Amino acid sequence: MSQHLTSLPVLLPMLAAVLMLMPPCGKNLKIRRYVSVLMGLITTVVSVSLLAYVKVNGTQVYAIGDWSAPFGIVLVADPISTLLVSLTSFLGLVCALYSCAGDDEQGSFFHPLLHFLILGVNGAFLTGDAFNLFVFFEVLLIASYSLLMHGGDKRNTRAALQYVILNLVGSSVFLIALGILYGTLGTLNMADMATRVMELQGDDVYLAKIGGLLLLVVFALKGALLPLHLWLPNTYSTAMPVVAALFAIMTKVGVYSMMRVYTLIFGEQAGELSHMAQHWLWWLALATIVMGAIGVLASQDLRKMVANLVVVSVGTLVALVAAQTVDSSAAAIYYLVHSTLVSAALFLIADLVGKQRGKVSDRITAGRPVAQPLFLGGAFIFAAVTVIGMPPLSGFIGKVWILESTLESAHGHWFWPIYLIASLAVLVSVSKAGSTVFWHHTGKGEANTEENAHPVQMVAVLMLVSASPLMVIFAGPVTDYAQFAAVELHNFYGLIQHVLGGK
Amino acid sequence: MELLYSSCVGLLVACGVFLILRARTFPVVLGLTMLSYAVNLFLFASGRLSMNQAAVLGYSESYADPLPQALVLTAIVIGFAMTAFVVILAIRGRADLGNDHVNGVVPDKSKTNSRQVKEQGKA
Repeated sequence: MSQHLTSLPVLLPMLAAVLMLMPPCGKNLKIRRYVSVLMGLITTVVSVSLLAYVKVNGTQVYAIGDWSAPFGIVLVADPISTLLVSLTSFLGLVCALYSCAGDDEQGSFFHPLLHFLILGVNGAFLTGDAFNLFVFFEVLLIASYSLLMHGGDKRNTRAALQYVILNLVGSSVFLIALGILYGTLGTLNMADMATRVMELQGDDVYLAKIGGLLLLVVFALKGALLPLHLWLPNTYSTAMPVVAALFAIMTKVGVYSMMRVYTLIFGEQAGELSHMAQHWLWWLALATIVMGAIGVLASQDLRKMVANLVVVSVGTLVALVAAQTVDSSAAAIYYLVHSTLVSAALFLIADLVGKQRGKVSDRITAGRPVAQPLFLGGAFIFAAVTVIGMPPLSGFIGKVWILESTLESAHGHWFWPIYLIASLAVLVSVSKAGSTVFWHHTGKGEANTEENAHPVQMVAVLMLVSASPLMVIFAGPVTDYAQFAAVELHNFYGLIQHVLGGK
Repeated sequence: MELLYSSCVGLLVACGVFLILRARTFPVVLGLTMLSYAVNLFLFASGRLSMNQAAVLGYSESYADPLPQALVLTAIVIGFAMTAFVVILAIRGRADLGNDHVNGVVPDKSKTNSRQVKEQGKA
């Protein structure tokens, strides 16, 4: 059983989605909800047990159909990918739970699509094959296109149209990059590619460099790095909040792929091509942080603000990827988990606030008071303190770790002021938004208690918000694991050994 | 053959990019399709171009690389699905937004000018 554990986080969501399209669940929304949440729970439990298994037994490699690498497709469950798989499954569970309060009634296939999205994201994290990465990208993208259109209006259609076209162009670029890399390296298994890069000679070096940089364009598009980030605020703020919360993981797929490609394939051992993207990544990351912070300051409504916060977190993560040290990767892993959970929580809170304030919705302006000021205000301030990085919550630990790990790196003297000033901007705008939304009321505006959050929604929000204090209380084990995952990420020969055997 | 092949791919990409930049949904869809044709041809060429070689072992002296063919097959299937989706989306966009511009608004210069003229006339 345990040797098949690696494939289960990919297979279970697929099973769940197909199951929900079949007759007994396909007709009845109530049964579908139960199945969706139950399967989400099972996927989460399985992912976490895979995490525990990998922590004890080290990296697991699963050769699909027993075609061993480099000829067949392999799934590689190393500490970082299992951590992200667990994170995805957990987020999927929370979103499935949240949507049961009524969001899933606006279209026909919310729950199956949600599980297909989890399938795509989990697959992208686990796969050890570059072409397979493309396939999983497409799986998660087509699920995301449909989810984006779910229960949408005009604004939504426009945003979706642009998002879809942009991503289709991105997919073409991805394939061209893979074609170039296959032509020069003769393989698409990532570990095998890493060993071949070392042996490149002559003109092939330049071709491989072109391929690698084209990949950077694709990942920058998926991860919303600066010149290619413009779609994100629009898309995320027009999508249904529960969908946007789920999308919080999708930019991280891009960042994770960057980590994989530029520390494994074009990492230290790559000879002439080592660290080839580092320079680009640094400046783009810093510019992304600046643009994100400006976006946060300029946001007119809560959801757009959170979308811009996602941009800031992507910038921070990519800067850490660019630093390419074990310590910075460890900080990136911690920060990645924290920022995904907190931005998802903020999207959900913004949704609840918007529903309870009637016409003003989630615009940052005075309006009708919210019906549950204690619950929503409390959740908001918790999430806000986390996202800003104030003590004592997880954002603070993440921030200190990030700053420490970049101290020694080449561009650290640029990173520190930019990151800290951006944090200040975030602090100012988030606190202004919070105080306006929760304290400024117009007229006698009565709170509309009919719109009270459904208990299921409250549970979902609490699950996300409570992750932050838990990451502080269990900071020891969590940071240890992040460190362990980062060491494994940079353990070039270890991974090659695992994937390619004695080669 | 290499020259013909590469110029063919290049031409397709050029047309595809040009059409995508037209910013109307129908040309954009056509452009995406052309781009995906170009990409498929390009992928196919990544296994080197060769004449009269089977992809199966034992049917000719030397054999063509089978992997790019498998990749192209996958890419074509995915491309079909995506094109179908974007066509439906374009139709819905046309219905929802009232025009086929990707921004949802047609940047019509003559229209804005005439409105400005009218407003000036009123003033």
